[in-house]
Amino acid sequence: MAKRSAPEVNAGSMADIAFLLLIFFLVTTTIETDSGLSRKLPPLDDTQQEDVIIKKKNIFQLQVNKNNALLLNTGGEEKVIEIKDLRKATVDFLDNGGGVGEDACRNCQGNRNPKSSDNFDKAIVSLQNDRGAKYDVYIAIQNEILAAYNQLRNREFVKAYPNLDMNFVEADKKYSDPRTSSSEKERLKEKLEAIKIMIPQKFSEAEPKKSN
Amino acid sequence: MSKFKKKKGGELPAISTASLPDIVFMLLFFFMVATEMRQNTLMIENKLPAADQVEKLDKKDLVMYIYAGKPSQRFESQYGTESRIQLNDKFADVSEIAAFISAERASKREELVPFLTTALKVDSDANMGLVSDIKQELRKVNALKINYTTRKGDALSGLKN
Repeated sequence: MAKRSAPEVNAGSMADIAFLLLIFFLVTTTIETDSGLSRKLPPLDDTQQEDVIIKKKNIFQLQVNKNNALLLNTGGEEKVIEIKDLRKATVDFLDNGGGVGEDACRNCQGNRNPKSSDNFDKAIVSLQNDRGAKYDVYIAIQNEILAAYNQLRNREFVKAYPNLDMNFVEADKKYSDPRTSSSEKERLKEKLEAIKIMIPQKFSEAEPKKSN
Repeated sequence: MSKFKKKKGGELPAISTASLPDIVFMLLFFFMVATEMRQNTLMIENKLPAADQVEKLDKKDLVMYIYAGKPSQRFESQYGTESRIQLNDKFADVSEIAAFISAERASKREELVPFLTTALKVDSDANMGLVSDIKQELRKVNALKINYTTRKGDALSGLKN
């Protein structure tokens, strides 16, 4: 009896089926990861707290009105400021180093104006916005203030650890990268913390006021 | 003389396409693995503002999303043009955020709860009042880690003044 071989299945349409699936997954794919400005909200605390007395010269007070204009009140003067000038103004304020005696700032490189902030630790940036202000203006302001802090932290990081060959932001990125080994993370963490203690982000947001 | 038999015609042999399915399957598996289905259908306009001091938001499973913005055109007649909050697949009120957060928390393993981040995907045209209300609600339920999701770009160029 002749050996009968099973008839071969035609696999010509296999590619078509696979293509169909491929196109489906191509269309539904989103590979992007989100990125944004990370912040921490202050905990809600009902207990009555003692008012802390802060020297007026250590406050960098920003107010946004419902027309998205920005008012800056610091160093005894009030002025309207453009968002594009905000980064430099913030750096000047934080880096001023006007303190004397035990408030003196060793690392500040500003012009030591006695009417402006004492040192990094004392300087406070405060932001209050109107309920009618636009969200993108708010984000732009947040971004500029963060940029000012990052600029100073970068400078101090490079100065403190010149042989590391990276700045604060790069080191922080490397620290949060899951591929970095844990021993390296440990070393980076120590350095990042030191800089964070030297230049703390003292950024307060007052609750927004109603526009009339 | 068979040794010097002339080649028949000039015809090229057909290229075998037998390995085509393999190649396609390889691509298919790549995209299947890399795919993440969109979880929420947006019912609002969501044009994010730009910023350049951004941090990446890794670990997608530890992120809760709160969307806000103007209702998109299809829903305008029903919900108006005022900015609204969207949680999961429906419009929500500010007071519903607390319930949403606790539902999200309950769906995660207990030891991961402290690492949960709330991503605020807010349209750049929204006003700060709404955002402040959201933030206030988040403070009430002690969800303090937030992230203002933005596009990468120059923060100043997008502003129209």
